[in-house]
Amino acid sequence: MSEEKNILLPNPSKLVVSSSPHLHKGNDVQKIMIHVIIALIPACLVGIYVFGWSAAQVLIITIISCVLIEAISLKLIGKSQNALKDGTAVLTGMLLAMNLSASTPWWVCVIGALLAIVLAKQLFGGLGYNPFNPALVARVGLLIGFPTFLTSWAPTKSMLSSTHIDAVTCATPLYQIPLTLKNGTTEILSYTNMDLFLGNIPGSLGETSALALLIGGLYLIVMKIVCWRIPAFFIGGVAVIAGIHHMIEPKTTLTITQHLFSGGLFIGAFFMATDMVTSPETKKGAIIFALGCAIVTYSIRVWGAYPEGVSFAILFMNAFTPLIDRLAANKPFGHIVTEN
Amino acid sequence: MIKKKAFSGGVHPHDGKELTNTKNIKIAPLMKEYAVSLSQHIGAPAKAIVKVGDTVLKGQKIAEANGFVSVPIHAPTSGTIISKNKKTSAGGRMEGGVDSVIGPTGALVPMLTISADGEDTPCNDLEPILSWQDCKPEDLKQRVLDAGIVGMGGAAFPTHVKLSPPPSQNIDTLVINASECEPYLSADHRQMLEDTKGIIEGILIIKSILGIQKVCIGIESNKPDAIKAMQEESRKHNIVVTALPTMYPQGSEKQLIYAITGRKVPMGKLPMETGCVVQNIGTAFAIYEAVVKGKPLYERITTITGSPIVNPSNWRLRVGTSLADALTLAEGVKNPDDIGKVILGGPMMGMAQFSLDVPIMKNTSGILLLNKQEVTLYTSGPCIRCGSCINVCPQSLMPSTMGVQIEKERFELAEETNIMNCIECGCCSYVCPSHRPLVQLFRRGKSEIQANNRKKKV
Amino acid sequence: MIAPLLFMAGIGLLLGITIALANIFFSVKTDPRIEEVEDMLPGANCGGCGFAGCNAFAKAVVLDAVEPQKCPVCSKEEAENIASHMGMSVEFDTPYVALVKCCGDNSDSPERALYNGVTDCSAALLVAGATKSCQHGCLGMATCARACPFNAIEIDEKRHIAIVHPELCVGCGKCVSVCPRNLIDMVPKSAPVHILCSSPEKAVLQKKACSKGCIGCRKCSKLDPESIKMDGFLAVMDYDNYSTNTEIIDVCPVHCIYPSLEEK
Repeated sequence: MSEEKNILLPNPSKLVVSSSPHLHKGNDVQKIMIHVIIALIPACLVGIYVFGWSAAQVLIITIISCVLIEAISLKLIGKSQNALKDGTAVLTGMLLAMNLSASTPWWVCVIGALLAIVLAKQLFGGLGYNPFNPALVARVGLLIGFPTFLTSWAPTKSMLSSTHIDAVTCATPLYQIPLTLKNGTTEILSYTNMDLFLGNIPGSLGETSALALLIGGLYLIVMKIVCWRIPAFFIGGVAVIAGIHHMIEPKTTLTITQHLFSGGLFIGAFFMATDMVTSPETKKGAIIFALGCAIVTYSIRVWGAYPEGVSFAILFMNAFTPLIDRLAANKPFGHIVTEN
Repeated sequence: MIKKKAFSGGVHPHDGKELTNTKNIKIAPLMKEYAVSLSQHIGAPAKAIVKVGDTVLKGQKIAEANGFVSVPIHAPTSGTIISKNKKTSAGGRMEGGVDSVIGPTGALVPMLTISADGEDTPCNDLEPILSWQDCKPEDLKQRVLDAGIVGMGGAAFPTHVKLSPPPSQNIDTLVINASECEPYLSADHRQMLEDTKGIIEGILIIKSILGIQKVCIGIESNKPDAIKAMQEESRKHNIVVTALPTMYPQGSEKQLIYAITGRKVPMGKLPMETGCVVQNIGTAFAIYEAVVKGKPLYERITTITGSPIVNPSNWRLRVGTSLADALTLAEGVKNPDDIGKVILGGPMMGMAQFSLDVPIMKNTSGILLLNKQEVTLYTSGPCIRCGSCINVCPQSLMPSTMGVQIEKERFELAEETNIMNCIECGCCSYVCPSHRPLVQLFRRGKSEIQANNRKKKV
Repeated sequence: MIAPLLFMAGIGLLLGITIALANIFFSVKTDPRIEEVEDMLPGANCGGCGFAGCNAFAKAVVLDAVEPQKCPVCSKEEAENIASHMGMSVEFDTPYVALVKCCGDNSDSPERALYNGVTDCSAALLVAGATKSCQHGCLGMATCARACPFNAIEIDEKRHIAIVHPELCVGCGKCVSVCPRNLIDMVPKSAPVHILCSSPEKAVLQKKACSKGCIGCRKCSKLDPESIKMDGFLAVMDYDNYSTNTEIIDVCPVHCIYPSLEEK
């Protein structure tokens, strides 16, 4: 043994003891939220491009008020302000803004933030305990409380420039269609599929561009932040039901593409239904949940009082999440043999 | 042949094996003192048969098995038994003439300290059995017990118990666990390269004890050289070497049996229910040495590794070597103030230590040091129900649900959620974005449930 | 207008009659006194009496003539009220209070290493046997405080030690079984002095582990040999015959004898 070498040993009193495992993957809640925020940025940019400065205003007001309200409520509850760092308030604000029209007045945005953070999240105990998606609770709350703001959509910039009118409100494709269909007009839709796909249509500022949402959604799936099952089965479920219905009654129903690319299906499927806290944990559960969302969405769109059903469908299925979790719980390794 | 899919779940932690897996096993020099724990195995601690002041020889039995699930302990070198309890930092005392010193779990364990005389005089109590092929299985089994052999992969379950399946149980396959799925460790890997012949002979001895034909060696595919070496040697004896996908916890008994034979160990039952007996590669070698060389188990291969270590290396250490001595062999650490954790075992299932007096035991496959950057001091948040833990659980449990139940002290609910099937592999805590200490919660839950069940029986 | 009104009234009537009939035919006969006694009990459902809850205890009082003072939460007057309601006589035991027999906080018995994990004593013990230097001392991770239904145990956040508030403690004994180091005992409320150490270690080791640990010097037991007995190297108070001699507080060289529980 080389005694002359100066051999250093660790200082025992400075060691850390904790339970195994001693390694961690390095992911945390904040990183997940940052990824989701990144994934939302393309859709936000399209919203700002299509609807102009007012869209950016709505976004900023909603995000800032969400963060402020979260900070205040943490203070009132007596929790550490560290909870702000996880970025969930920013994300909730962003999602809520994307569900609002670009013409929403600032005070409606603030009320929405209040509903999302206080009613849907902090009253239930904060992150991880909320049974319903906060942004959707706020959106539905506003939809019921201020239907005029939530159902009159800002026109796109291209519409404004072509008609030279300063302020118009117009309906989303999903609003127009049932009316036109019911009136028996043969002209089904004034928007092309490409308009619908790119987002050059009236609607909530974040939900219009299926392409941008698809990019963001694929980013999340590639980064393994969300599982592909919920978006795939949600969108696929709507497509299948719409396809069958359209085959049976081609004259009075919309085509698959019109169903997929108009309304809030993409934002709902990629960003709302996949919310970890409010969706089932197991793979099986996710499929049941997504199919449930698809059926409820389609039912509300076609037979319900509202032309759009994605938010209601997700909230409805959120309520079933604990039940689905229980039904779809994993069977432990080696359980089959014991039953014999 | 490589199996494609082994079991559901599992994780790929940073494996760190490159630090030591090309380094030959070195034989440790004689230390001044050895602290031999009498509780190195699962089951009743061994009963000391020597007392302070006695002189002992290398390989002499110093404690005898105390019951069926227990094994004797042997002296690692020749010397005198001394009392050490006055030297420990806290909590040491004498109980029934034997020192009680803090062991790796933090509980007091009976310990015999041997002050080496430097002669290393062997004691030849155990005769080598050269023609073991002609021996009765019972005699070989007795030798395994006499040599104090336990499972050297980590659990330290007495090997003779595992080799004595009830006659009603039809055993047809011997599975040799050489997957070494724990990151950083390379003890088994090096042993397969350097002691290939001995391992194979040990496997043949186990085979003849069990009286079976089918033997499979499972090696993770990240050790191609070991697979090749084992394949060359095992071909002569009709032993199958299976390359398994590199995935933690491939070396867990139940997952290994499933990967190799496709059989699932029924919930709450022992692996022998599937007709399989699993033995670690190190155990096979120990059995070879015990039978052919008449050498009891007082030595093992241990990997001393981690980024703060000056010279990470594999050592043939004697049982009872203190952590401090072992670290000195590896030329100490680069910066003593930058050490975050000292871990006995691997990073996924090993135990963090705060004392360097803790000795090496029969199941210590590694000593791992992590620096401060590698140790994340976490504050855990609430479960965000992301489901990552469920997806990686090799036992297909619901760790998130169980974690909440234990946190709320609803132990009976957790039992219904099958917490007792948890193998504490640590995959769930490894992936949890909220840094929830799930494994610790499960350990607590399991111990409370066991205590409750014991109470109910009484 | 009339039709719906009549319809609703009809439904109401029908349901009312159904409930009334169900009450007659399916009613379970219970002793009305059980409910009365239950109303007089505190209703904390703490289980301190050894029964499943206040209802079970009330049943036991009425049917099995269990003495109402067995409820550790009832004040003297409440127990007397119940007894007189039941026509029983009451004899009061001495009121008991929980005592955490450890006074070494984290400055007396420092942490040997940094613990990072679940804040719970039983869970912490599973990680290298907890990091407090003393192997027998209070870990201060609130396992007892969470078990207490009356919030009578407080954990001093800075000192990491459990403190019982005797004015809140009703002596239900729930904390006794949850302490993984068995530090909590139920002692008579009237005892004026307490030895707050449970470590049986010898003085040499005790000094290393905790500056306030009993070193077995026998000074207190010499002053009051009747009630303080030595258990190895630990002075133990015999609470069946407790010491009232407050001089022992000052003779203790390590200051682990305290006059009352709150001053710890």
